Amino acid sequence: MHIVVCIKQVPDSAQIRVHPVTNTIMRQGVPTIINPYDLFALEEALKLRDVHGGEVTVLTMGPPMAEDSLRKALGYGADRAVLLTDRYFAGSDTLATSFALSQAIAKIGETFGRPDIVFTGKQTIDGDTAQVGPGIAKRLDLSQLTYVAKIASIDLDTREIEVARRAEGGTQLLKSRLPCLITMLEDTNEIRRGSLQQALCAARSQVVKWTAADAGIDDLTRCGLRGSPTVVKRVFAPTARAESAAQIDTAERGLQDIADELIADILTRRPALEHELAFNSGT
Amino acid sequence: MSTASQTTPRIAPGRAGVKKELPDRFKDYRHVWVFLELERGNVHPVSFELLGEGRKLADKLEVQLAGVVLGPPGGMVEDAVAEAFAYGADLVYIVDAPPLADYRNEPFAKALTDLVNTHKPEILLLGATTLGRDLAGSVATTLQTGLTADCTELDVDSDGSLAATRPTFGGSLLCTIYTLNYRPQMATVRPRVMPMPQRVDKPVGRVMRHKLSLVEDDIVTKVLGFLPDNQSAMANLAYADVVVAGGLGLGAAENLQLVKNLARAIGAEHGCSRPLVQKGWMPADRQIGQTGKTIRPKLYIAAGISGAIQHRVGVEGADLIVAINTDPNAPIFEFAHLGIVTDAIRFLPALTEAFTRRLSPHSRDKLAS
Repeated sequence: MHIVVCIKQVPDSAQIRVHPVTNTIMRQGVPTIINPYDLFALEEALKLRDVHGGEVTVLTMGPPMAEDSLRKALGYGADRAVLLTDRYFAGSDTLATSFALSQAIAKIGETFGRPDIVFTGKQTIDGDTAQVGPGIAKRLDLSQLTYVAKIASIDLDTREIEVARRAEGGTQLLKSRLPCLITMLEDTNEIRRGSLQQALCAARSQVVKWTAADAGIDDLTRCGLRGSPTVVKRVFAPTARAESAAQIDTAERGLQDIADELIADILTRRPALEHELAFNSGT
Repeated sequence: MSTASQTTPRIAPGRAGVKKELPDRFKDYRHVWVFLELERGNVHPVSFELLGEGRKLADKLEVQLAGVVLGPPGGMVEDAVAEAFAYGADLVYIVDAPPLADYRNEPFAKALTDLVNTHKPEILLLGATTLGRDLAGSVATTLQTGLTADCTELDVDSDGSLAATRPTFGGSLLCTIYTLNYRPQMATVRPRVMPMPQRVDKPVGRVMRHKLSLVEDDIVTKVLGFLPDNQSAMANLAYADVVVAGGLGLGAAENLQLVKNLARAIGAEHGCSRPLVQKGWMPADRQIGQTGKTIRPKLYIAAGISGAIQHRVGVEGADLIVAINTDPNAPIFEFAHLGIVTDAIRFLPALTEAFTRRLSPHSRDKLAS
């Protein structure tokens, strides 16, 4: 089977800092990583390939430096990597991104074989929208299976797939058909360590680089800024509250003393809580 | 980081300067819609929170607020319609058909897309739940319009455009996003981000019923079953009245036990900040913040949490925020109500003990009565 995994190179958000005075992002020196949610998708794809045979193609759209992420994915064991990079993609919102990626996936299908499954992560850690996966599914007319916790079975003869999908208040068991798009839930597997051989392979192998034209995109008005219906008008830091927290004095006092004062303060501010906390703790 | 230089957030030039030139085909798009999420007989509370927010937007725009209910024929849908009016809708659109019994993307996306194309709302709001995000992403793609996810604030601009504010850059700043030249303007909002409006009993008003232009045989995906969560095992953080959470200041995974002990002593739910989930110290369903659960408890105790913006927007709705942190300059003290500069690892056991002492006579009364 042929599986395409869409990944994104993102800044490691744990290391993003905001300048305390100017409230601007301090970007320089922030390392980039593969969006952590995408690794669950990649591992699931590699597992399916191990069982059913076939190939895993990783795809990303981004600046030329996004090649780093693709090399890492090759190091984990992906068979092929495609980098979609073009200045026409700059400023893409989720609609323009899913357009470009779906065109590239169609081209991958023509060039390397039609994919049976397209994977994405649940969402990215920089945009957090979870919109690109559904966008790709709609554009390529793939069955849309989001928040998949488990792939229970795949039958390549009947083209049927059964999955467990996280829903509100429970797990939905769904039966659908290939080709499909799966957004993989977090904590569903653990990314493998690539072998030494794969690492050597990753260093040697070519990353396929496509411009918009290479990916068969002729309508550039649907790409990048021009193809994005949303407009970011303003980026700002939230205003601080009028008054900061009332501090409880901790100097030269025992912890029990401080704890008692805190509880008294809490209950002075919210008297109704006493009854509630007592009720909760008694049940 | 002393050598790091700062740059302004990168917004492509011209982007912020995009002018509103609404094409003629969108000029008759009017009114505010809220999608009511109906699953297995219950309306998700986020739908009521959105009706409260939708009401404000509709009043500002001087237009109507409509609820949209998709579901199987029968009492479930009728009950949801009554609730929509009780929470402020002026009218309700219904599509009721057997394929809409359980959520699946195909029939729901088809029903909602057809309704939008027929009745042309200017604003469409959905809950940012697994269902709402699954549905909104594909409907916005079909309609080729803008969708802003996980908004923390919605407003109407002087020219009548929806101003949708959400965290950006991994939750370190906020941004306001517009969909100027496309309709409808779509947005999702997470549960508990908006306050629950007052429910007022009202007679059922105008209801517009539509047919689903799909039959079961057209739908590829079938529902084989549904396993409800084990309620006792699953965190119900979003709707908990009291929440205790730990952050990196706890230093080690085993110190989370201190958070759990306090939570148990006062009958609270426990949670954590994002870095702890990334470290694997706690499961993802316990994560509090923009990318985890948004909470609005009566009391929130944050132990060893610095208070990054993405955490802040997830807890700001709490009535009373207590912060415990060794760093007096931690951002959490800017939005907490009560602060203690001390080491949470040492302080949490003392607080647990003090609460237990204070509360135990009451709980004994309770048990005796």
